Amino acid sequence: MTAPSKTVELSYRDAMREAIRDAMRRDNTVFLMGEDVGRYGGCYAVSKGLLAEFGPERIRDTPLSESGFTGAGIGAAMAGMRPIVELMTVNFSLLALDQILNTAATVRHMSGNQFSAPLVIRMATGAGRQLAAQHSHSLEGWYAHIPGIKVLAPGTLEDARGMLWTALQDPDPVLIFENVMLYNMTGKLAADAGAVDIDKAAVRRDGRDVSLITYGGSLWKTLEAATALAAENIDAEVIDLRSLRPLDDATIMRSVAKTRRAVIIDEGWRSGSLSAEICTRIIEQAFWELDAPVGRVCSEEVPIPYSRHLEMAAIPQVPRIIAAAKAALGRA
Amino acid sequence: MTPTTDKPRLSRAHSLELLKQMIRIRRFEDKCAELYTQEKIRGFLHLYDGEEAVAVGVIPVLEPRDRIVATYREHGHALVRGVPMTTALAEMYGKQEGCSRGRGGSMHLFDRSTNFYGGNAIVGGGLPLSVGLALADRMRGEDTVTACFFGEGAVAEGEFHESLNLAALWGLPVLFVCENNLYAMGTALAISESETDIQRKAACYRIASEAVDGMDVVAVEAAARRAVHAVRESGKPYFLECRTYRLRPHSMFDAQLYRDKAEVDAWRHKEPIVRFKGWLEANHMIHPDDLARMEAEVDAEVAEAVAFAERGTWEPVEQLTRFTYSDQAA
Repeated sequence: MTAPSKTVELSYRDAMREAIRDAMRRDNTVFLMGEDVGRYGGCYAVSKGLLAEFGPERIRDTPLSESGFTGAGIGAAMAGMRPIVELMTVNFSLLALDQILNTAATVRHMSGNQFSAPLVIRMATGAGRQLAAQHSHSLEGWYAHIPGIKVLAPGTLEDARGMLWTALQDPDPVLIFENVMLYNMTGKLAADAGAVDIDKAAVRRDGRDVSLITYGGSLWKTLEAATALAAENIDAEVIDLRSLRPLDDATIMRSVAKTRRAVIIDEGWRSGSLSAEICTRIIEQAFWELDAPVGRVCSEEVPIPYSRHLEMAAIPQVPRIIAAAKAALGRA
Repeated sequence: MTPTTDKPRLSRAHSLELLKQMIRIRRFEDKCAELYTQEKIRGFLHLYDGEEAVAVGVIPVLEPRDRIVATYREHGHALVRGVPMTTALAEMYGKQEGCSRGRGGSMHLFDRSTNFYGGNAIVGGGLPLSVGLALADRMRGEDTVTACFFGEGAVAEGEFHESLNLAALWGLPVLFVCENNLYAMGTALAISESETDIQRKAACYRIASEAVDGMDVVAVEAAARRAVHAVRESGKPYFLECRTYRLRPHSMFDAQLYRDKAEVDAWRHKEPIVRFKGWLEANHMIHPDDLARMEAEVDAEVAEAVAFAERGTWEPVEQLTRFTYSDQAA
């Protein structure tokens, strides 16, 4: 018998920090730059302690100039560095959207493959902390609209620990969205956990009755819903997309072909959304496999409100996921 | 290079080279305008007519290892930097032999081999990029200079403030070259800026600055030598405002309702080629033969570029999505 591999107990935040620390140690062209990443320790404490270890050149506090320092990260990447740019929240990333869309995503194609911007841009996303309508949105689906970038949504400790290094090795710009409600999630992770792939969806729960397709912060709610459904003899399969661009169509269609029913759970708004894109792909590629209309559980179409009960009502919750899964099965 | 090189070397040969480079840009772009009316070149076409002394004065002062970030009015910068006229024109034709494989067009000439980081068609968009290029050089301890060209219109963008602050705050070797041609498309400087003395703005960021007559190639070169030398020696940014004027419309669609013909005519008397040629003649530094030879060489180069672009081929449509991501990606 071999000894079980050693595990450590840590949080999603710790896993992200370990990923940054590991990358900084392995590659001295890697540096972290963003608002309050150094002396403050990161708005969500992800980079706490890294300044002492790596110094202010590589853990670089920036002024509140999202477009300026994101563009600087793109320029540094074009000149051979491997920057990790941290944007405090997805709402603030809109101040840098010009640089992300008009430069990072275009420069390889527009220059005829002479230049590229292989940087990683990380940001917090999602609601649940009563931060209201300018700090709580889930706009990763917007970013997934853009050719030229890759979009990741680590939902597990393994992915929080493992996606960053793979993203830094990628020759193209990669955006990583960290759901704010996951930072405090703790669990066990192999002590030697390392890089993971960034282009495949994962089946987090096998099932045969309905495919629940989700990612990021909604993953755990969906798994909880699947457990509740099991008590009612509904065997749900849970797909964690992991990568929102590119989408792993093969894993989605394989699951739908098996269960013949699909529900998409996405904290983004419904209209013109990532969930709409996935639904369309299922209809395009697996229409004849379906036994029921594709269901969706999305955020209500309001700016995320402050008040706790309204905020909770605005975003996908376990009861709505259960209801949508049952509806797909024709069970009220 | 030694510190003494911040003095211009106005030898006859050097003077003739400055003149020739300006004539190269002018004749190339005259041909571009003609090709545009023939619909060989499409999209937007922004010509540099009147502003040639800026690129010709600044760019040859840079070393090959230095980096250049330019705007959508960048044909002149590309040519002076050494992007072949052939591939630049093929790019404007949209041919795959173009310097950006026909993916960029007039506004997006790129050339890795000369560290030419492109025409950028987002006003101000190149400023943060130049900060990042210089940051990479600084972090690696290299004494490379990044020259970032932008118009006075970019000064109104938030990225101007962000980028100057970052470059000064972090001590980055960026040469900011503001090509102040007095109009942001059709909006005069006086109706877009509360402070129209652009170079003064640099002082707010503690960046050394200078304004120069951008219609005088010798003055621009002298200022550029001081500026590049300062950036290379100090590793810190420098701000050079070149006061110039665009003699042609903003683009080929511009009816120029926003300025008087008399104003354009007045500037035409100051335009850099006529002016420098006159100065050389007055100082007996140029013979009529020199000029004839120069123009013949330029005309031959332009003719060769046209032939090259005409001969160029269309990229197969099957390759449309290529280079959206690296080929090594899935």
